[in-house]
Amino acid sequence: MVLNKNDEFLTLDKLKNGGQAVILEILDTNISIKLIEMGCLPGETVLVRMTAIGKDPIAIEVSGNLIALRRSEARSIRVKPVDA
Amino acid sequence: MSKGIKIALIGNPNTGKSTLFNALTGLKQKTGNFPGVTIEKSSGHFELEDGTMAEITDLPGSYSLFPKSLDETIPFKVLIDPTHPQRPDLVLFIADASNLKRNLVLLSQLIDLKIPIILALNMIDQAKAKGVEIDIACMEEKLGLPIVPISARKNIGIDKLLHQIAIGGKISTQEFTFGGQTEIEDLSQLQDSLGVTTRYNALLHLHHGFTDKTTKPAHKAALDKFRSNNLFDSGSRQRDDLLNRYKLISAILSGCIKEADTSAFKRRQEKIDGILTHKFWGYIIFFAVLFLIFQALFSLADYPMKAIIASFNWLSGKLEEAIPGGALNDLVSNGILPGLSGIMVFVPQIAFLSMFIAIMEDTGYLARVAFIMDRTMRRFGLNGKSVVPLISGTACAVPAIMSTRNIENRKSRLITIMVTPLMSCSARLPVYILLVGLAVPNRTVLGIFNLQGLALMGLYVLGFVAAIAAATVFKVLIKSKIKQYFILELPVYRLPNVNTVAITVVNKVKAFLFQAGKIIIAISIILWFLASYGPPGAFRKVEEKYAAIKPVDDAQKHVLALSEKTEKLQNSFAGDLGKAIEPVIRPLGFDWKIGIALITSFAAREVFVGTISTLYGLEGEGSDFNQLRANMLKSRDPVTHRKIYSFATIVSLLIFYAFAMQCMSTLAVTYKETASLKWTMVQLFYMTGAAYVFSLLIYQLLPVATRLF
Repeated sequence: MVLNKNDEFLTLDKLKNGGQAVILEILDTNISIKLIEMGCLPGETVLVRMTAIGKDPIAIEVSGNLIALRRSEARSIRVKPVDA
Repeated sequence: MSKGIKIALIGNPNTGKSTLFNALTGLKQKTGNFPGVTIEKSSGHFELEDGTMAEITDLPGSYSLFPKSLDETIPFKVLIDPTHPQRPDLVLFIADASNLKRNLVLLSQLIDLKIPIILALNMIDQAKAKGVEIDIACMEEKLGLPIVPISARKNIGIDKLLHQIAIGGKISTQEFTFGGQTEIEDLSQLQDSLGVTTRYNALLHLHHGFTDKTTKPAHKAALDKFRSNNLFDSGSRQRDDLLNRYKLISAILSGCIKEADTSAFKRRQEKIDGILTHKFWGYIIFFAVLFLIFQALFSLADYPMKAIIASFNWLSGKLEEAIPGGALNDLVSNGILPGLSGIMVFVPQIAFLSMFIAIMEDTGYLARVAFIMDRTMRRFGLNGKSVVPLISGTACAVPAIMSTRNIENRKSRLITIMVTPLMSCSARLPVYILLVGLAVPNRTVLGIFNLQGLALMGLYVLGFVAAIAAATVFKVLIKSKIKQYFILELPVYRLPNVNTVAITVVNKVKAFLFQAGKIIIAISIILWFLASYGPPGAFRKVEEKYAAIKPVDDAQKHVLALSEKTEKLQNSFAGDLGKAIEPVIRPLGFDWKIGIALITSFAAREVFVGTISTLYGLEGEGSDFNQLRANMLKSRDPVTHRKIYSFATIVSLLIFYAFAMQCMSTLAVTYKETASLKWTMVQLFYMTGAAYVFSLLIYQLLPVATRLF
């Protein structure tokens, strides 16, 4: 799927620290299984809680859990930003 | 019922599973590995109120029954294979009461396997404090399972849990298996062909694909048939299955649970994270923690280590007097006891290190360290969790390699195990001090720096650089079929639990003593034999020569005894081996005496000093380094009359000790942790190979270079 420039969808790695979004889908099946198991699934609200040096890895808060993941993995999560 | 029941303890990571396990079993635990894999298996037992013995196995913390790697699959085989001899009679499921939605996903999978289950809602006190309201009766009814609210840390509800275990679990009638009509029918058919108890069980067989030698051809055919009939895509099926479970669980929970506003709790957690993962202070704090660990490993552990060595020396002295002389006495006092002491001496460091790591893990800090260090370590094929083992390696590679258990990522863990022994461990220190003192003048440069200190620091840097370089090479060489992720839960901060930490320390020490210890003792005995016996002819000549001399006084007697020892070692099998390998090590600038020391220091590097002392006619360790250095510098090649310990030889020897794998304890632990002879051999040969090549280059090129400049 090609993303349109005007699309309001983003991938999670584009979200700033403190940014909030709703998860739409997780593109990579294997990553999605791991993330869903940990409570990070479509429909949930995700908050970028903190980032390490170089903004990689990042830590997200979702369904009450804090999960660290690398930017490359965050890139496979499509989100719709929400205004905090 | 005297046979006893088998219980499997299952739950998500960070739910207090090991705390409950410890609360139930205390120290009545055994640790080992699951057959063929490196995942630690802890089991223990306890008595129920009716006198029945319960044997409980702590399965690895997991978010679902879906396989991530082969290692993770095997512990769950006991649940999925209905004919497995270790199949549990009861599953004790532990869930974090504040995080039920996610926890119940795994529970729902177990429910679909139709196994009797008891659900323990752990940390119920914290959930209540946060304001979460759980209607236990409502959940018991909807899930069809007995539920016991507990707090494993505070020992709340454990009695009720034991009582419930005595009564037994229940098989829930709920079903969460997802699929269309035809697929469900096909699954039922597959269930019959496989002879398993439920449809979901059949489905898990499809996902796990346990197709090894034991798989019956008929079963394999049935699995293949299902896969092609239903266009079975394991990945997307797992995803859809999980999503469906979340949906059903949300519906169940919504009627029984009132979520609370946990923002105050979260804000506190955020504050701690703000400091500990701060882009500046986070690293300062981490290095301060490391400094503290270092101090403990070097200074605090030093006292018990010295005490252990002293008591073994005392014991072997006593034994030498007590039992009559001869081979048996010698074997015990010079073979077995030093071997034992070589193992025991590691215990304080292992205990301290596992204590610190247990505290870091229990508080949730270790996950933050992994978080802030991941980016740097990734470049070298390692990950954030490799930092602690690498740093610990500067004390001793043995506990360091044991601490790689925290690294779930298989490839990173293997690389960490492979390169950790390159870090300069404390056993290299005596060798470095002896040799640096030979080659580098004790002078102050630039006003404040001690030249020998700088050289010593250089050797530590060299070890670190070598470890990173080797990791980079392994990153390319190790092929991994499974894509490597770094997706890691950062658990809630908690105060460390004294019991959990203490029991972890005891178990780590026990595991080291009994598993690595066996191999170390065996090799010690072999080395003792090589160093104390020789070809009969040459050996008898030495004995006869010294028997013929009658010492005039005690002083002369002492000198004679020492030189007899020296000559015996030179004529022993180890001596012969030293001479045999001389052609190989000659290009590195080493003579046969160094060869003997290389062979004996395979037991442990620091043995080098003792062996060299004996070879140069001094008493063993603890004697004066300066006298030894003087004797070494005097020695010359009998043919060429060149100095043996030229600058090039010393540097070459230092490089050799920095790189070579000369520690059987490490090899024993590597073998235990990788469960692979291949990787143990790779470690032995790549390190020793690198040592040879670099020592060769240094010895051959250094004189050329000094002539040029």
